[in-house]
Amino acid sequence: MNVFLWGVLPYAAFALLIAGLIWRHRYDRFGWTTRSSQVYESKLLNIASPVFHYGILFVLAGHLIGLFVPASWTQAIGVSEHAYHLFSLYGGTLAGVLAVAGIGILIYRRRTNAPVFRATTANDKVMYVFLLGALLLGMIAKLSDTSGNGYDYRSTIAPWARSLFTLNPKTELMEGVPVLYHVHAVVGMVLIALVPYTRLVHMFSAPLQYLTRPYVVYRSRDPRQLGPRPDRRGWERAGS
Amino acid sequence: MRPMAQVAMVMNLDKCIGCHTCSVTCKQAWTNRRGMEYVWFNNVETRPGQGYPRRYEDQERWRGGWELNRRGALKLKAGGRFRKLAGIFSNPRLPEIKDYYEPWTYDYKNLTDAPLGTDYPVARPVSQLDGKPMKIGWSSNWDDSLGGAPAYGDLDPMVERTRQQASEKVRFAYEETFMFYLPRICEHCLNPSCVASCPSGAMYKRAEDGIVLVDQDRCRGWRMCVTGCPYKKVYFNHRTGKAEKCTFCYPRIEVGQPTVCSETCVGRLRYLGVVLYDADKVTEAAETPDERDLYEAQLGVFLDPEDAEVRRAAEEAGIPFDWIEAARRSPVHALVSKYRVALPLHPEYRTMPMVWYIPPLSPVVDALTETGHDGEDADNLFGAIDTLRIPLEYLAELFTAGDTGPVRASLEKLAAMRAHMRSVNLGEDPDPAVCAGVGMRPEEVEEMYRLLAIAKYEERYVIPTAAVGDAHRLEASALPDTCSLDTDGGPGMGGDGPFGQDSGRRRLPLVPVENFHILRRRQTADDEREV
Repeated sequence: MNVFLWGVLPYAAFALLIAGLIWRHRYDRFGWTTRSSQVYESKLLNIASPVFHYGILFVLAGHLIGLFVPASWTQAIGVSEHAYHLFSLYGGTLAGVLAVAGIGILIYRRRTNAPVFRATTANDKVMYVFLLGALLLGMIAKLSDTSGNGYDYRSTIAPWARSLFTLNPKTELMEGVPVLYHVHAVVGMVLIALVPYTRLVHMFSAPLQYLTRPYVVYRSRDPRQLGPRPDRRGWERAGS
Repeated sequence: MRPMAQVAMVMNLDKCIGCHTCSVTCKQAWTNRRGMEYVWFNNVETRPGQGYPRRYEDQERWRGGWELNRRGALKLKAGGRFRKLAGIFSNPRLPEIKDYYEPWTYDYKNLTDAPLGTDYPVARPVSQLDGKPMKIGWSSNWDDSLGGAPAYGDLDPMVERTRQQASEKVRFAYEETFMFYLPRICEHCLNPSCVASCPSGAMYKRAEDGIVLVDQDRCRGWRMCVTGCPYKKVYFNHRTGKAEKCTFCYPRIEVGQPTVCSETCVGRLRYLGVVLYDADKVTEAAETPDERDLYEAQLGVFLDPEDAEVRRAAEEAGIPFDWIEAARRSPVHALVSKYRVALPLHPEYRTMPMVWYIPPLSPVVDALTETGHDGEDADNLFGAIDTLRIPLEYLAELFTAGDTGPVRASLEKLAAMRAHMRSVNLGEDPDPAVCAGVGMRPEEVEEMYRLLAIAKYEERYVIPTAAVGDAHRLEASALPDTCSLDTDGGPGMGGDGPFGQDSGRRRLPLVPVENFHILRRRQTADDEREV
């Protein structure tokens, strides 16, 4: 069981993520969208959506720092363990509260606004269960142990997460971890696997190229679809 | 000089009777799908009126188009690149569907299935957004023909501006009203702010013919284009989550046919043709400091296809020979640059729109005739243009950012044409002073008359095909080479995908109803037997 959860599931989730992205890019670029419901209702969305998205971005950044920056690195730049944990506790909680508050309003809006609810697919509902579940479980796990420095995930979960990259997962590190973290991690991995198969896929189309491209885009017709035949092989045209 | 070709349109507002045939045929061709119920790529507005969506011209609210920054350079009115990305999680300037109107259908089934009773069964309106019965409160042409103008007319943003300039010139008391119809499609601008607003780079201007399109496979539904377009002619398909817009009927244009709205126009008021322009000058012209100079600046961007040097440069730039020839015969070039009777819609948005309008003279003539004067007498007409009830100032707010000069010049040319042609038709000697007064020669006026009043099919639509070399295949059939059953989404590929009903790769079914030449003969033949 331990090996399955912490040695197999992470790779399965990652494989599903990558495979799903490739498959979707190859076969369903038309369905790759945010599926915005703003045209139905924009007052609540204008507040809740930025709150949720900025919150979840901070949450993501916090996970990246927490899991992939070893304690030795932060100590090397002179951040004490206590200071780090205070930052992690307050920063993480703030980001989590933003995200939970945002998604709370968004789900309320989705349920109560008739056109928005009508545009909600079964796929969306499954996604919301896992997204909200992962968020709430993470908050509970974090806040359930506020004694002193909180739960020291930097010596257990983080090294395990890093060991995944060396293809030598240290599953034994996860044995003593509180069960709340276990559940959070499993739900999180399922969520990662779900990303390309739900509307969450829009996170992979963050349009950063907009910052550098020219404002007005010109494109020519695809000659394979319609248009003049390419010149036949032969002599060059006179005058060219 | 970097010549590029653009397929452009001119509409002669004098001839628009507001029948909405263009809107209906366009709707049938392009937006009769779920998710697009509220969308009219072509709509006909009554002016004065709020337009569709309501008050779309109020750019202080919707932030469409471009403005100049402190250094005099163009910037998007809705905010630059960083601001767009930082605010990508919601778009506070996005019109809701209710700003257009809530689409509905009727519960027709009740007419046949209602239980027997004493009441006559009725088909109640049902909202297409939530499927519930609704009260109809607005539509795409609710204020058609000044319907409700005493209540809603003051909400027209252009009426507000006209009143600031010339107080009390626009009135809605019945005896003092004026109105005309304004058909609108996407402007296919030279400097499109929707394209510039698209974070994904899914919107583009086609290099060959200047048609602005949305790549449905690249659009990610960020909705910035809807805000970016000051004419509000990019729409959000609420079912697929993607932007859609007027395509200028490019599949028809490519094979030399006019757009559906032009083809079906009862008043024959639309003109289609190629204009050549200098792509290097577009930004410079759009940065003209004074809004009122933008009309002249845009004229300066167009190239004269009669100029041998322009033709040589165009050929070097890869513009096909038949396109250059089409530009010489182009009715759009004639009306815009040669006769200068057509004017752009809202040049102050700095997008360099490419659908131009000939302002309406008819309300002036009608009003004159009603007062017992000779409505086609040159002196009466010239005097009336300034004083009569279709205020020049209102037209100027629409077409020249408030400068009445070009509008008056255009109306005077139309008035001179009427007076001159009346003399010709009555067998009188035309007064040469009438034409000279508007700076035209009598032959030019007669040519313009032929183009505007006779308006033969071949002269209204001068459209070079996309691919002369490949004409045979295009003409014979636009059917795909393979069986339509084989494609994704074809019949037999039923059922919903895992991402909802509109997901997956779909190809538009391309089915020609009739052969290009048969259609052409039917449209242009003078005698039935020729068909």
